[in-house]
Amino acid sequence: MSRLVWHQTRYDLLTFIRNRQARFFSVLLPVLFLVIFVGVFGNERAGPAHIKTSTYYVPGLAALAVLNASFSTLVISITAQRELGVLKRRRATPAPAAAIVGGRALTSLVVSAVVVAIVVAIGGIAYGVEVDPGGLAPMALSVAVGALVLACLGYALSTAIGPADAAQPTVQGLMLPLAFISGVYIPSVRLPATLRHVAQVFPPEHLVAALSRGFLPGTDGVAWGDLAILLAWGALGLAIALLRFRWTPASARG
Amino acid sequence: MNGRPGLRSLPAMFSVDTELAEQADTHLTDDLPPAVSVRSLRRSYGNVEAVRALDLDIAQGEIFALLGPNGAGKTTTLEILEGFRTRSGGEVKVLGVDPERAGRAWRERVGVVLQDSQPEPELTARQCLTLYAGYYDHPRPVDDTLALVGLADLGHRRSEQLSGGQRRRLDVALALIGDPELLFLDEPTTGFDPASRRAMWDLVDALRTSGTTIVLTTHHMEEAERLADRIAVMSGGRIVAEGTPGSIGPRELMAPELSFTVPAGVSLDQLPIGIGVTHMDERRKIRVRCESPVEAMFSLTHWALEHDHELDDLELRRPTLEDAYLHLTSPEPAGSGG
Repeated sequence: MSRLVWHQTRYDLLTFIRNRQARFFSVLLPVLFLVIFVGVFGNERAGPAHIKTSTYYVPGLAALAVLNASFSTLVISITAQRELGVLKRRRATPAPAAAIVGGRALTSLVVSAVVVAIVVAIGGIAYGVEVDPGGLAPMALSVAVGALVLACLGYALSTAIGPADAAQPTVQGLMLPLAFISGVYIPSVRLPATLRHVAQVFPPEHLVAALSRGFLPGTDGVAWGDLAILLAWGALGLAIALLRFRWTPASARG
Repeated sequence: MNGRPGLRSLPAMFSVDTELAEQADTHLTDDLPPAVSVRSLRRSYGNVEAVRALDLDIAQGEIFALLGPNGAGKTTTLEILEGFRTRSGGEVKVLGVDPERAGRAWRERVGVVLQDSQPEPELTARQCLTLYAGYYDHPRPVDDTLALVGLADLGHRRSEQLSGGQRRRLDVALALIGDPELLFLDEPTTGFDPASRRAMWDLVDALRTSGTTIVLTTHHMEEAERLADRIAVMSGGRIVAEGTPGSIGPRELMAPELSFTVPAGVSLDQLPIGIGVTHMDERRKIRVRCESPVEAMFSLTHWALEHDHELDDLELRRPTLEDAYLHLTSPEPAGSGG
């Protein structure tokens, strides 16, 4: 079983790397935003916490990388695979469902970890963003929990999407406003309280908060509270996916 | 479980206990159980009965074509046999197992080519096959399978860069990589150009030689005639006819069609009475079903010789499978003899 999960992961990674859309949203966009935001706003210390612009943006854009790699790209790719009949054909083989789904979720985790590492590395090398070495293990834990939780939510959302070309607008329509109110693009302190409270209901805000540990002064260790809320969302996503996930194209269901 | 020596890959053969295999051989050689056995199959969606009281037997090694217009219940039947759909009633055994309760061991023995699935676009042909080979305990070798479907030289090409026909053949290869005993082929050549269609037919011939049982659906009558050992025609959720391509339905009873162009300057009432012509089309063409073709042919050619007329496009045509099919599936019962 674990052999098969790894087999699936290898080919899903290859598929991911070769897909332009996946590369753009998961790898290029977070790096591009980091360079643009630091370029536009400068790298001075600012704000109530008196931190560098880059120090603020690195964890936020690391979170964006996880959101795009594990959620947006996953929803778009599995909806496309379902509508192309790829999932149905795989279902006709002896491969257990758990291996195919697990392999795809592991792919999200691997890509998330690599892109977070790239963003943190660029932040460190180009903008002098310091990471507390003791914060690396909690950061890895947050990335792992975030990626798997978002993969569950991605599988859940895919069940609500019919045609493959509806996937892109659905995820962007959901993620863009959530990313804005969750501190990915704009510091949360600048948002009205109402929006901050709304954001605190949903996973992205808690992923940003968890990844900010180790970057922002006065925060360290594991963000257990944020991870618990993420895991609760993951459980909800998993339950919906288990109940509603279908291998057959929506267009061909009788 | 495996009564077809030489058909499966060797490792699979040797994994069976020798003594058991011999027993199985002696038991199965004279009386092979059917690959597919269906009794009183029913499937309804709400008030609509898609399949009603369907009986079907498909022998091992047989190539069986299921024909019928869209909405006849073909796809529903096929998906029940493939284990993708549940049934409302009846008995179904595929390779001795109920597909609704079939597990991994059964999936190892069955290959499915879906009607409109695509190979993974980002992977090369070889990578697609290697991915799927990993799903099976005893897969066929990847290179052999590429060669079998005529893609030996295109293994390095990404499937999104293959032509439609090549993609479809890769799709078939993905169903063959597990070395199945039974293969479902749902409209394998729809949208193909004639050359690709021939290539697919040659592939099915190769599978026939290897003893694979194939259940095929198609809208292409020539294809059914060329490939199938036996044909069933479905209409309105039932099998309305079953038989060999040459004998199915009323084909043997249907009268042959005589056709020719009436020579210029000749009117209908000048033609010999024996052929019973009442109508010619705008291009002066006559098509008539003859109960006694020899008599009709004689009186027509006799008349032509007597009046010195050439009948350049004179033709006497046996009813084709398509004629029989259209007759069987037409909404109103049509009388033979047109």
